[in-house]
Amino acid sequence: MSHPMPFFGSISLVLALGLCIYSLLFGTLSLWAMAHGRVLAVAPERIRETARRAGIASFIAVSCAAFALIYAAFTNDFSVDYILHHTSRSLPWYYKFSSLWSGQEGSLLLWAWLLAAYGFVLRLRQKTDITLTAYASTILSAIQIFFLILVVFVAQPFALVPGGIAPADGFGLNPLLQYAEMVIHPPMLYLGYVGFSIPFAFALGALMMRYPGEKWIHITRRWTMVTWLFLSIGIILGMHWAYAVLGWGGYWGWDPVENASLMPWLAGTAFLHSVMMQEKRGMMKIWNVWLIFITFMLTILGTLLTRSGLVSSVHAFAQSSIGNWFVGFLLITLAVCLFTFLYQRDHLRSENRFESLVSRESSFLFNNLVLLAACFTVLWGTLFPVLSEFVQGSKTTLNAPFYNRVAVPIGLFLIFLTGVGPLLAWRSTSLRAIRRNFILPCIAILVTAAVLMLAGVHPWADDDATSSIYALVCFALGAGVITAITAEFLRGAAVVRTQTGKNLLSSTILLTRRNTRRYGGYLIHFGIVVMFIGLAGAAFNQSKELEMGFGDSIQLNGYKIVCQSYSQDSTPNFDTDYALLDVFHNGKKITRLTPERRIYFADTDHAQASTVVAIHSTLANDLYVVFEGRNPDTDKPIIKVFINPLVNWIWVGVGIVIFGTLIALIPPLLPPTRRVEVNAAHPAPLPVPPGAASASGFARSALPGNPLANTPLPSNPGAPRV
Amino acid sequence: MYKRSLQLVLVLLAAFTMLGAGTPSTRFDRVGHKLMCTCGCAEILLECNHVGCPNSSVEIAELHTQMNAGASDAQIYNVFAAKYGPVVLAAPLRGGFDDVAWIMPFVVLILGILAIVLLLRMWQRRHARLAPVPPAPPTPESEALRNRIRNETNYGE
Repeated sequence: MSHPMPFFGSISLVLALGLCIYSLLFGTLSLWAMAHGRVLAVAPERIRETARRAGIASFIAVSCAAFALIYAAFTNDFSVDYILHHTSRSLPWYYKFSSLWSGQEGSLLLWAWLLAAYGFVLRLRQKTDITLTAYASTILSAIQIFFLILVVFVAQPFALVPGGIAPADGFGLNPLLQYAEMVIHPPMLYLGYVGFSIPFAFALGALMMRYPGEKWIHITRRWTMVTWLFLSIGIILGMHWAYAVLGWGGYWGWDPVENASLMPWLAGTAFLHSVMMQEKRGMMKIWNVWLIFITFMLTILGTLLTRSGLVSSVHAFAQSSIGNWFVGFLLITLAVCLFTFLYQRDHLRSENRFESLVSRESSFLFNNLVLLAACFTVLWGTLFPVLSEFVQGSKTTLNAPFYNRVAVPIGLFLIFLTGVGPLLAWRSTSLRAIRRNFILPCIAILVTAAVLMLAGVHPWADDDATSSIYALVCFALGAGVITAITAEFLRGAAVVRTQTGKNLLSSTILLTRRNTRRYGGYLIHFGIVVMFIGLAGAAFNQSKELEMGFGDSIQLNGYKIVCQSYSQDSTPNFDTDYALLDVFHNGKKITRLTPERRIYFADTDHAQASTVVAIHSTLANDLYVVFEGRNPDTDKPIIKVFINPLVNWIWVGVGIVIFGTLIALIPPLLPPTRRVEVNAAHPAPLPVPPGAASASGFARSALPGNPLANTPLPSNPGAPRV
Repeated sequence: MYKRSLQLVLVLLAAFTMLGAGTPSTRFDRVGHKLMCTCGCAEILLECNHVGCPNSSVEIAELHTQMNAGASDAQIYNVFAAKYGPVVLAAPLRGGFDDVAWIMPFVVLILGILAIVLLLRMWQRRHARLAPVPPAPPTPESEALRNRIRNETNYGE
């Protein structure tokens, strides 16, 4: 056999497809027989088990295919067309690994692999709920079949070059992808995209089997949070890559591919919030089911946008007919969801009993609305050029100015709700509680706005006032939300301190450990606000461009950049042009920066330039220096310098979000509340300590040594449980 | 007391707003950020960083010419749109169907807010209908129990 590894990979994919088809058909058969009490030649439970095992085996088969492709990349097997087009002999090994997802076929294989991996874990953890997991596993098999059909028939990663004779060297990896973060960013993003298949499969399965209660939400909560975390990290790594590599001074260009990742993130965030309504109050069942359906469909829509050529994007894969397959899959998914919903909608009837407009419930509803309005805005902005071409015959561009005007106010509304929501109680909030909880954040907002204006932020004096007004409002609201979150932590910690005698820090840690979900959530909100503050800094960006010879200098915002020299170098992978720039701040040299411009495949007919930006980063601002190239007349380098305020706050905020999510994923140290059994007819008298009305019930019930916690309670069987 | 504090804050705010002026960004920068480079890079005109880009330097020179000739912002956008087509505008500014791009997100948001308010009122009415019987007069014991439950459900998520 002349090409054993590509053959092995192809056979593995065909085998995986066969296993998934078996898993879908026999999984469906067994679940149908069990639901309708039909007798089959083999017990349905046994058929169900074989379907599950086929699903597990499909993961092994797809893993073999992924291994075969990576092996081909590492062994420079240029007889494989994909390897020929995405690697070369001089490519460092770690980029050879990342070539798995640098092209259409490989990235689809990655998608299939990650989906199989998620399915593998889900099928292993079936004991959580065997029947529901079987439904979810069968639905996952259906999704897997779609992606496996693509890699087996439509975009084959193991297709051989015409004639099957390997050229001496490959075309290499796209230079823009030769950056450390690009080894992590796509897998993270894909883990996020693919991960939403799991809560989707559970939601659809629960609806199909008329699953009683809200347990499916408890089961999927961790899956959803982990998926959301992966997607968040993926998006942020993409932002950082754009910032450090593309060299235009920013991190988010509202490109359709960026938008494609943001849409499911927004919908997924809305889902994570609204499921709490169902968990706590049994409300919004229909809404939640559709929210996760939409989130999943948005991941498919995003993939469609990036791969079909429907919208133009610098990041998109080559235009191909694969988009039709995604359109078909999207329509089938929508039809299945719609049919299942209409058939089983009476199962989703909820009480929807609602007491007050000023309550946590209404804040969740508004939070959902704002997140979905933001999602719609992004979708609208992405698709409007196509729509305008259809209506007017000419394409319209919707870039940063559109989003800055439309999406930013929605984002500010979201920050406002981030602060307000957690301060409202479930069911209803009293006027006294509102006054008590809101006074400090309101003061913080006013003081911050005043201090900023005093410090020189004067939107009314700016030529383009809108962005500075938004920034001012963002800073002020951010300060209010941070104050509200801090006050919540301190309020809870003070109660714990009173009970345990520990210091404030230990009390805060104990408080967080006892209700990781709540306080992890607060940390996530805190991180998001810090990120927003960093994003608002963009309103005050400055830049300057200059052709710089030896000894020439640029002055910007207190920095002086002096060109010491400029030169050229060559490596096996690229040729480089670079400048050595000394940076002075207040007359003192603080660092030396070396911005580069690299030319990859320099001696070929497909030479490609790439920027390596030099950044001096502080918490206040980034000094961002780009080597734009050389003036052909003078041969001097053209240097562009940006001052980007507060960019580091974005990355710090992300760190806090990740930390908060991990905290929220940890099981709590103790149950936050204790079940109290009461005789309805004769409630036993309970001693209530002074100040009980204002103290935290959680703290009293959970802490050792608490008089209430130790109170013997009546435990009459059949008595109402509170 | 609250009123007086509020008045003080407002007076201080008004005073701060009278102080000095911020650094104004240049008109060139503002207008240049509302135009696109037409080389296919999908970048904002002033953010296109391709040295030797066949389009951006020509467009930038044209922008300078227009500004020096005293053209207003709208005139500049019109000139560019007429020459390069509407894709040169970073956001739709032509009116007509382009306005739909601006209006639609806010229409969706406002309709959503109205829908939520109506929904909440409906649920509130249903809640009132489902619980018409007034509770028995509270005793000190039941009041203590109620306080305890309320506190625990508030804090014990």
